Amino acid sequence: MACAVTNQRKAVNTLIAWAVGLLIFFPILWTILTSFKTEAQAISDPPVFLFFDWTLENYAVVQERSDYLRYLINSVIIAGGSTILGTLIAIPAAWSMAFVPSKRTKDILLWMLSTKMLPAVGVLYPIYLLFIQLGLLDSRFGMVIVLMLINLPIIVWMLYTYFREIPGEILEAARMDGANLRNEILYVLTPMAVPGIASTILLNFILAWNEAFWTLNLTAAQAAPLTAFIASYSSPEGLFYAKLSAASTMAIAPILILGWFSQKQLVRGLTFGAVK
Amino acid sequence: MGSIRLEGVHKAFGNVNVIPNVDLDIKDGEFVVFVGPSGCGKSTLLRLIAGLEDLTKGRILIDEQNVTNAPPAKRGLSMVFQSYALYPHMTVYNNIAFPLKMAEMDKATIDQKVRAAADVLNLNDYLDRRPGQLSGGQRQRVAIGRAIVREPSAFLFDEPLSNLDAALRVNMRLEITELHQKLGATMIYVTHDQVEAMTMADKIVVLQAGNVEQFGSPLELYNKPANRFVAGFIGSPKMNFVAGAPAAEHGVHEIGVRPEHFDLSTTDGKWKGTVGVAEHLGSDTFLHIKTDVAGLLTVRADGEFGVKHGDTVYVTPNPDKIYKFNEAGLAV
Repeated sequence: MACAVTNQRKAVNTLIAWAVGLLIFFPILWTILTSFKTEAQAISDPPVFLFFDWTLENYAVVQERSDYLRYLINSVIIAGGSTILGTLIAIPAAWSMAFVPSKRTKDILLWMLSTKMLPAVGVLYPIYLLFIQLGLLDSRFGMVIVLMLINLPIIVWMLYTYFREIPGEILEAARMDGANLRNEILYVLTPMAVPGIASTILLNFILAWNEAFWTLNLTAAQAAPLTAFIASYSSPEGLFYAKLSAASTMAIAPILILGWFSQKQLVRGLTFGAVK
Repeated sequence: MGSIRLEGVHKAFGNVNVIPNVDLDIKDGEFVVFVGPSGCGKSTLLRLIAGLEDLTKGRILIDEQNVTNAPPAKRGLSMVFQSYALYPHMTVYNNIAFPLKMAEMDKATIDQKVRAAADVLNLNDYLDRRPGQLSGGQRQRVAIGRAIVREPSAFLFDEPLSNLDAALRVNMRLEITELHQKLGATMIYVTHDQVEAMTMADKIVVLQAGNVEQFGSPLELYNKPANRFVAGFIGSPKMNFVAGAPAAEHGVHEIGVRPEHFDLSTTDGKWKGTVGVAEHLGSDTFLHIKTDVAGLLTVRADGEFGVKHGDTVYVTPNPDKIYKFNEAGLAV
């Protein structure tokens, strides 16, 4: 009897999980489907779900009208560059916070996180002016710096929680065994933290890839990444839903594929420390 | 060589004095055990010697060299941790070789030393495994291997056996004692288990609240405890303490009698009582007896003593084995 109830509950839970998953995934699915419709079918009422005339025309038009590859390269450089730079800065920071904490370490961490609560638009004006002064407007380098700064608190926090999971006794053992700080970090800490560092890099790459506010406001033609590529298909040319969808699909495809293959790492990264 | 001297060692964490003031002289080749209840500061004292904690005041000398401000790596000591603290990403071989690599020895010397250490500890078949694939006892051996391989002037053990099951603990206890005899190096061993302390030590340091209560050989501590705390801590089961009229008879505030220092009889004796719990172990019988005069007593009888709950018995403390304490708890 008890077994039957459990099975029933399991079935219900599975059903709910699928429903929630589908609900979250539906907009993406709809975008992808729409990208294969004609413009007329894209705005038809009632909407058609699967039974329409599948066409690749939208992709051809999008590729013809704008240079997808250039946006893609910009996205890779900006997301990759900011993630690498951020990680290089965050590793020593997180190390010192995890292993030689001071009285104020917790406060500093919270303060760093609190900067994420500030509405980005609040500092748009000063940063825009700074960028003009420094000649960084519409440059890849400028975008790498800005996105690195935006994501730095998250990178530090994630690495900090990872490092905290490494037992201090092992580091002390290394010290007793004659390792200096450099060797301790190189031979003991880093190899043990590799999974944590990997999932931090992955998550931040995705965050930087998807970041739209700063990339839209601070880039024009030269440094525009894929977010700008999508945006260029929305308002200025009227609402061509099918082409907008095709552009969106092209923009999210690389990160979607990356995310799909690294699901395990990502889930581990996001839930790390929550469950022992 | 490996003599260790502590002079006026004081350690405070913020406003908390963990170690108020400790002076200690450990001679080369001695096996010294720090024992005390949890939170008595024994691990902190060991970590101060290791260099993993900074002293607030005082000096530490190893072989007459002042190492008070030297980092752990420069003190020439090895440590075995309670959690073993093995490097999980390295094989057993590399774990043991790590201290030698840090000392920048050449590969051939490292290989020879690692294999020699593995021989001593029966680890030859496991050199290619990682710590995660080993049992608790094997991990402990690897930790010891990592400690002996660099031939330190002294070994520090921080409760190394507390994660092992009872049978294995007895085995490892013997192995460590044998290792001490083989190497002849100074060893400092921290434990809360007084049986480990009694069986392994040349000398025991009994600690309470960061103070050294007594420093001496196991039998000195058993026969001549300096105070009530040491008397109660050393010996198993615990010494019985009796205050009031029976103590007044001896002209002191309180007397103590070990469970093994009673005569038991079912017919006559000094204190009459009834048996509460009788623990029959075969080799001994432990009786918890409620007496009218002396309160609750734990009494050990040799072999089997056939009484059960509720029986009346008489106990007589052996007059030569009565410990006497004054109001301050000091032995008189």
